[in-house]
Amino acid sequence: MLSAPSSFHLGEPHLAARGLACRRGARLLFEKVDLALRPAELVWLRGRNGRGKTSLLRLLAGIATPEAGQVLLDGTPIAANGLRSQRVVYLGHQHALKDDLTSAEALEFLLRIHGRRSDRASVDAALSHWGLLALRGTLIRRLSQGQRRRVALARLVGEEDAALWLLDEPFDALDGDGIERLNALLLQHLQRGGAVLLTSHQATLAPALRARELDLDDCAAG
Amino acid sequence: MSPPASPSLLAALFVRDLRLALRRRTEALLPIGFFVVAVALFPLGVGPEPQTLRQIAPGVIWVCALLAAMLSVSQLYASDFADGTLEQLLLTGRSTTLMAAARAAAHWTLTGLPLVIAAPLFGLLFDLSSAALRILALSLLLGTPVLSLLGSLGAALTLGLRSAGVLLILIVLPLAIPALIFGTGAVAAVDAGQPAGAHLSLLGALLIVTALGVPPATAAALRISLD
Repeated sequence: MLSAPSSFHLGEPHLAARGLACRRGARLLFEKVDLALRPAELVWLRGRNGRGKTSLLRLLAGIATPEAGQVLLDGTPIAANGLRSQRVVYLGHQHALKDDLTSAEALEFLLRIHGRRSDRASVDAALSHWGLLALRGTLIRRLSQGQRRRVALARLVGEEDAALWLLDEPFDALDGDGIERLNALLLQHLQRGGAVLLTSHQATLAPALRARELDLDDCAAG
Repeated sequence: MSPPASPSLLAALFVRDLRLALRRRTEALLPIGFFVVAVALFPLGVGPEPQTLRQIAPGVIWVCALLAAMLSVSQLYASDFADGTLEQLLLTGRSTTLMAAARAAAHWTLTGLPLVIAAPLFGLLFDLSSAALRILALSLLLGTPVLSLLGSLGAALTLGLRSAGVLLILIVLPLAIPALIFGTGAVAAVDAGQPAGAHLSLLGALLIVTALGVPPATAAALRISLD
């Protein structure tokens, strides 16, 4: 498949997938998908609607089990990898925010269940990075789509060691300022040696991220 | 094997559930309101004959508690499933079994415990003796956690299905029959002047078996519905 540009440092891949196939009902979405995510590498997963981008992300995160093939995190099968929750951050298309919690409470809950720092200072720092500090006491149900997206993405602010970010349509509903902030976060993450795999329908990735494109249309099954 | 859930994760889940219930007070009070109305209807419908009322009281209260539990349990995992929280919980890599137990515990605190407290009051509507009221409360204390646990299993099994609510009731009600029999049996025994110990012991055994067996099954059902 596609190989990484040689300008990147080619370390051991954080995440490697071999021969992945995914079935939804009777339909084979894709098969024989190989990919490796190396440190400081950002892969932009593309493909038309219904191609299985989200399904692939869920396979890579270890939520779903592949029809065939294997996902290795640091060389160990992902389902058996005890460090998965520390090493991988998966942000799905759904925000996992409860309508009846305030933005601070919702973020604190997510940080806490994943064993990240969830004290008031960390939550406030994450919210203020996205310009949401004034909304910390506002119920999620009163936020706009873009603001909800920002609260969900605020989880990434405090991440220091997570090696791998799997982001499903992270730019969705973000305005120009939000896109800039997310690009800055991604760049920061790549610079400390992290890897990112994301899906996006808009070409909003900063050129400095030097995204490698992976097109699922090229891996179409049969 | 996944590592056990840290106490902080379970506490976070439990506290969140209570907080959400406080924010949606009307929704949280509905099952109890249903219980109150349904139980109060029986004396009106059956007539004021004290002997008849005493006889049907345990069954009426237990069946209403059972239906009230079914009413509330269908939402236990549905919203977490729809908004992606369930995925995130699974990704923490902590024991899904313990999480399922925490959710069932939160459900019981919010719907089972109020019923245990309210039931003796409603026993008065049926002219139950004080001894029978005590046993009624005790049998509900042992039995309602069983209902919450079985209900959470049903909720996990029917996750994402279209007619989940009715299907859930069809799955869970037959499983709840033993709890119903021993719960009402305990009160009837006291009414007949016999000791209720055997019924309560069996109810306790039932609670132990479900508490040990249901959370792993619920966890498996949750994993399947997310796959």
